[in-house]
Amino acid sequence: MTIYLLAAILLVSLSGFYIGKNRASALVVGARIQSLPQYHGLRIALWCGLPALFLLGLWVVLEPFVIQSLVRNSLPPEFFNLSGDEAILAMMEISNLSQGIVGTQSGLPYAEEAASLLISMNQLSDYAMIVVVSVVSLSALVVAQSKVTADFPALESVEKAFNVFIFLSSAVAVLTTVAIVLSLLFESFKFFEQVPLHEFLFGLKWNPQIAIRADQGASTGAFGAVPVFSGTLLIAFVAILVAGPIGLASAVYFAEYANPRVRDVAKPMLELLAGIPTVVYGFFAALTVAPLVRELGLSLGLAVEARSALAAGIVMGIMIIPFISSLADDVITAVPQSLREGSYAMGATQSETIKYVIFPAALPGIVGAFLLAISRAIGETMIVAMAAGLNANLTANPLENVTTVTVQIVVALIGDQEFDDPKTLSAFALGLILFFMTLILNVFALMIVKRYREQYE
Amino acid sequence: MIEISPPSKKSEKNFTTRLESVDEFDRVETVGEMFVDRPKVSCLGVSVHYGDKQALFNINLDLGRNEVLALIGPSGCGKTTFLRCINRMNDTIEGCRVDGEIKIEGAEINHSDADVVSLRSKVGMVFQKPNPFPKSIFDNIAYGPRIHGLSGPKNELDDIVETALKRAGLWEEVSDRLHTPATGLSGGQQQRLCIARAIAVNPEVILMDEPCSALDPIATARIEELIDDLREKFTIAIVTHSMHQAARVSQRTAYFHMGHLVEVGVTDQMFTNPRQRLTEDYITGRFG
Repeated sequence: MTIYLLAAILLVSLSGFYIGKNRASALVVGARIQSLPQYHGLRIALWCGLPALFLLGLWVVLEPFVIQSLVRNSLPPEFFNLSGDEAILAMMEISNLSQGIVGTQSGLPYAEEAASLLISMNQLSDYAMIVVVSVVSLSALVVAQSKVTADFPALESVEKAFNVFIFLSSAVAVLTTVAIVLSLLFESFKFFEQVPLHEFLFGLKWNPQIAIRADQGASTGAFGAVPVFSGTLLIAFVAILVAGPIGLASAVYFAEYANPRVRDVAKPMLELLAGIPTVVYGFFAALTVAPLVRELGLSLGLAVEARSALAAGIVMGIMIIPFISSLADDVITAVPQSLREGSYAMGATQSETIKYVIFPAALPGIVGAFLLAISRAIGETMIVAMAAGLNANLTANPLENVTTVTVQIVVALIGDQEFDDPKTLSAFALGLILFFMTLILNVFALMIVKRYREQYE
Repeated sequence: MIEISPPSKKSEKNFTTRLESVDEFDRVETVGEMFVDRPKVSCLGVSVHYGDKQALFNINLDLGRNEVLALIGPSGCGKTTFLRCINRMNDTIEGCRVDGEIKIEGAEINHSDADVVSLRSKVGMVFQKPNPFPKSIFDNIAYGPRIHGLSGPKNELDDIVETALKRAGLWEEVSDRLHTPATGLSGGQQQRLCIARAIAVNPEVILMDEPCSALDPIATARIEELIDDLREKFTIAIVTHSMHQAARVSQRTAYFHMGHLVEVGVTDQMFTNPRQRLTEDYITGRFG
């Protein structure tokens, strides 16, 4: 029903556009017109479409609430004696009956009657919606097209509508961020009601499993997040050790040494690394790199666990190479040519110029690139879920099995969830801290990159 | 003070008819005193190509000892290209080819075997826009001495930096903040810093590519005074768009037009009595 109505509104808008355009075009003959014909057309199309669409949306959203409360009010007094849950069940039964779903008859005497009321009200509402929306759209068409005159500023109306549209678009993005943070915050508060904040932040033991019966081992869960965060940082550290030098060196190569043809082919290929789904990196880590690291370690006489921070870190490092390489390439290329020339003119070789002039000049940008890459590594989930471990292990030894914040969030939200259980809720607290960590890193990185840009502009 | 050669054997072959129009360039030969006795730098038959496009045509020009040679001419005439031949900065431009003979103190430098690093330590360059490195004032000056291994112990480097800054007339203004970023200096100070940076490695020749075009008149005047002082120790070639500047700082002036060297002369004579029509048109402001 709504779909047809939508199509009808669009049709009215479209014809409004052409009517406006043609009327305005007819005006132009000889005279100077304030706005171009297509702006008149657009203005009419917007007037026909937007209010009607808004009304339609509002109707669709509010209709169930209004009708339900009307039906509710028509019910006999015994309905209001029901308890909360029973009342909800009764309403559901009425709604099911109205849609022809029969089966869970609880024998409410008034259900049938209410269901037929619901059906008739729905129908009434549909007709009313069609009439109201069409009237709004068509009358807008009539009023708006009557205003097409040579000196009517249609351009300004369209401009205003466009401004409102772009404002709303950005508002949606910003409000979504706010909503995400709020939802994280509220769930985290529930967690911190059960587990004290200081225990979460400074506790050294992480064991979110809570025994069902008191006589089972580990009868109380432990929610000290330190080992989880140390695991995250350990893996991110290994990743940066891998990605930093490789990414930087390839950036220098592409920016300073590679001839344009090599650069045009090789750079997109390197950037392709960023497009590989992380789950594929996960396979690579778990099936190829982890056994390799283990064998290598064993041949050197080192005890390497099957799932090690080292293996996960190496693969994560490979994943973030393109971030570092691409950002560092940008900042190195942005170093003014005049500095290179100045250095060459002093008799410096290319590598001396890179070491002593270009790196120092690009350093803030390179630091920014590293910080962005670290924040990406910290938030990465799939690789660590597949290649790092699940057990929180407080260690600085990359050959051991560690876990990360993201893995623990996954674990907490997989399987049976109870949203009054600290195990499930711990995911939100971890997420909140992770969010703040990456937020701070990003803000820092962007600040540094920005300051660097200002230096040359 | 300057040794301008009297019309020597070399310059007797000079072309003497007046060039009236650009169309005659195919037959252009330079008029005037392009050669000097005992030149510091001597260029013979220098041509430059950027890919297929020829930018300089058979340039013969000497730089005399302790003289300031001004290179003037309309934009795109090849003055900067010529300047960059002398320290082989054209090497850094892809597709650029320099033919001909360029000798410094008799040693050929336009040759793939010639050592560019040592050449550039002998021929310093100052650019159009001040380009201090994003380092401290001290490190900017010490840059050249460090890469060329000129400085031994730390205090020797201090001396080099102090001497260079004093010669560039910047010492008084910056001696108390040698370790602050050079980018914090004013434009004129930055340009003098760049000159100090160039002279810190004790070059023999200094090339200046419109060194004052980004500066205000007061800073320009200071640089011009400085150029006059530097002449005592160095040979200087300066590209400039300002006729007044050329007249004030140089002893000889070379006029380039569309890749050709049209006329070279003693500066005073050139500005009062140019021999070529094109030169006259340019210096009287009829074009360019």
